[in-house]
Amino acid sequence: MNKFRGFVIKEFFHIFRDVRTMIILFGMPVMQMLLFGYVITNEIKEAKIAILDHSRDHVTTELSRRIVASSYFQLAQVLDHDKEILDVFRKGDVKEVIVFEADFAEKLEKTGQAKVQILGDASEPNTAKILVNYTTGILMSYIQELNTQTELPLRIDPVTTMLYNPQMAGVYMFVPGTIAMLLMLICALMTSISITREKELGTMELLLVSPLKAFQIIVGKVLPYVFLGFINAVTILLLGNFVFGVPIQGSVILLLLESILFIIMSLSLGILISTLTNSQQIAMMVSMVALMLPTILLSGFIYPVENMPKILQYLCYIVPPKYFIIIVKNIMLKGTGMEYVWKETLIIIGFTMVFLLLSIRKFKIRLA
Amino acid sequence: MAESAVVTENLSKHFGAVKALDDISFKIGKGELFGFIGPDGAGKTTLFRILTTLLLPDGGKATVEGFDTVSEYRQIRRISGYMPGKFSLYHDLSVEENLRFFATIFGTTVSENIHLVQDLYSQIEPFRKRKAGKLSGGMKQKLALCCALIHQPVILFLDEPTTGVDAVSRKEFWEMLNRLRRQQITILVSTPYMDEAGRCDRVALMQSGKIMTIDTPQGIRQQFRKKILAVKGRDMFGLMKILEGFPEIERSYLFGQSLHVTGVSEALTADDLSARLRQQQAPDFRVEEITPDIEDCFIDLTATRE
Repeated sequence: MNKFRGFVIKEFFHIFRDVRTMIILFGMPVMQMLLFGYVITNEIKEAKIAILDHSRDHVTTELSRRIVASSYFQLAQVLDHDKEILDVFRKGDVKEVIVFEADFAEKLEKTGQAKVQILGDASEPNTAKILVNYTTGILMSYIQELNTQTELPLRIDPVTTMLYNPQMAGVYMFVPGTIAMLLMLICALMTSISITREKELGTMELLLVSPLKAFQIIVGKVLPYVFLGFINAVTILLLGNFVFGVPIQGSVILLLLESILFIIMSLSLGILISTLTNSQQIAMMVSMVALMLPTILLSGFIYPVENMPKILQYLCYIVPPKYFIIIVKNIMLKGTGMEYVWKETLIIIGFTMVFLLLSIRKFKIRLA
Repeated sequence: MAESAVVTENLSKHFGAVKALDDISFKIGKGELFGFIGPDGAGKTTLFRILTTLLLPDGGKATVEGFDTVSEYRQIRRISGYMPGKFSLYHDLSVEENLRFFATIFGTTVSENIHLVQDLYSQIEPFRKRKAGKLSGGMKQKLALCCALIHQPVILFLDEPTTGVDAVSRKEFWEMLNRLRRQQITILVSTPYMDEAGRCDRVALMQSGKIMTIDTPQGIRQQFRKKILAVKGRDMFGLMKILEGFPEIERSYLFGQSLHVTGVSEALTADDLSARLRQQQAPDFRVEEITPDIEDCFIDLTATRE
């Protein structure tokens, strides 16, 4: 067992002494997490708006207050004339202008109808759309409240208001996806590179000629990454929780155990890749192209599997991260336990077995 | 040579259509310093890899210390030290750490066996904290040898240990091997440098996967029955041109600072050749008879085979 310990210690030296490896191991999780958290989500915070209130009554004041009080908007300017609107947009800071018509409260009370105009800066179409949706949402909820008080037959659909919240879902969704992608990448990429590096350097010849057994070499290579992968998983969960407020509803222990299972699966995939390739470059290419793209595109991470063409949906079944994402979503967001994720867990165990068996069969105790 | 350390019988190996080893049989005695000499592509590395159990032969069999290279590979792996063609060290580990690692994976410790490599290690010890990747070629070579020796092997396979190493380090390295031989370690060494043949107890000259001859360096020189005439002059190129036109000359080739010439018949003497060259108005030259070098023998053997 001393031989084995010496081997694992050597692996840690390789990892801690290589700056690139360290960056990938510890920089990538944090960077990816922040990237996906801040860049890819469409959530808007404190967008500058201007309000032009021709009425200035109790209703418009209350509406303005509610809009500005929400964390999405920040009141940049109060306008007095219509002609100011274009100027405000041209300056570029203000993304939306809300115009209340004159005698707003009066009209609303008497006719049950009042007009508000929402102008968005469509040079950024997505932002504009989202801002308009938010604003409508706030107005709707106010009118809904009025409705319950006065029971006036106003045509409003409160459901729409609720639906306009895909942004929040996005924030929650990327955490499971990012964990899956990072663990997959780091574990598979790093092990496949570290094994092929020994082949390239010629040290594999020496390891093979030594009394070390094949499984000792494989397990020794993998063990440090199980440990580091686990640290990564924890980092991502903590970042998700504290920076982005993504909750962990279910059992943390179950979540960590499932993560370790997924790490082991990714590692066995990495070993498989390395037994099939002889150079670091090819191993890296295979890991990047064959693992990263499917993980992003076919795992349900960003694009829902249900919306894909049938052929791609079948392809999704053989993308292991898909199952891990389902597990993580269930445990983290829905707070469900093992009884809801056992099927996916079994599938991942199955993948692990297949990859390990294949790599043990493929791993050569000789050179050719 | 009561017992053999290495025995091969009709060993062959091919990669696709290329015959890397073609029906090779030889015996190496215990404690011998045995050299395999031949150019790149002669099959030296393939042979070493079969003997170190890294490759399976296509035909024939080989034993190392009585163990079969195919069925008893584990035993062989325990007792042999191997130094692959490129010095396979971990570049990101220091000298000390490399040595420690190779001791550990063979289930031993550096302190237990340091006496085996003491003279060698003392030369690199001042740099023990340096990363192996930052060592010079000669130092890498010494470290690689240390690593191959640290588990006290009974047989040592050194695949081109002097390639890419400066002349001084090469000389030191062979002196080191000589000292090791006194510790009763069988040493198999391959090299493309003919001038290193003289350092071995016996050598095998290899070419295109075949062993052309096996003998002591002295014996190989004696096998060479032909006379070798060395021609020196200012205008070597001109001399070569002239020599090529002589029908009585079998072969002439550049060898260091001179041209080596062998005649079709044994009767051709230095004086004959001088006379012929003078006849052709060759400028400013000198001809003398010399004793053949291993390389002369190699060239002759290769040419005779063809």
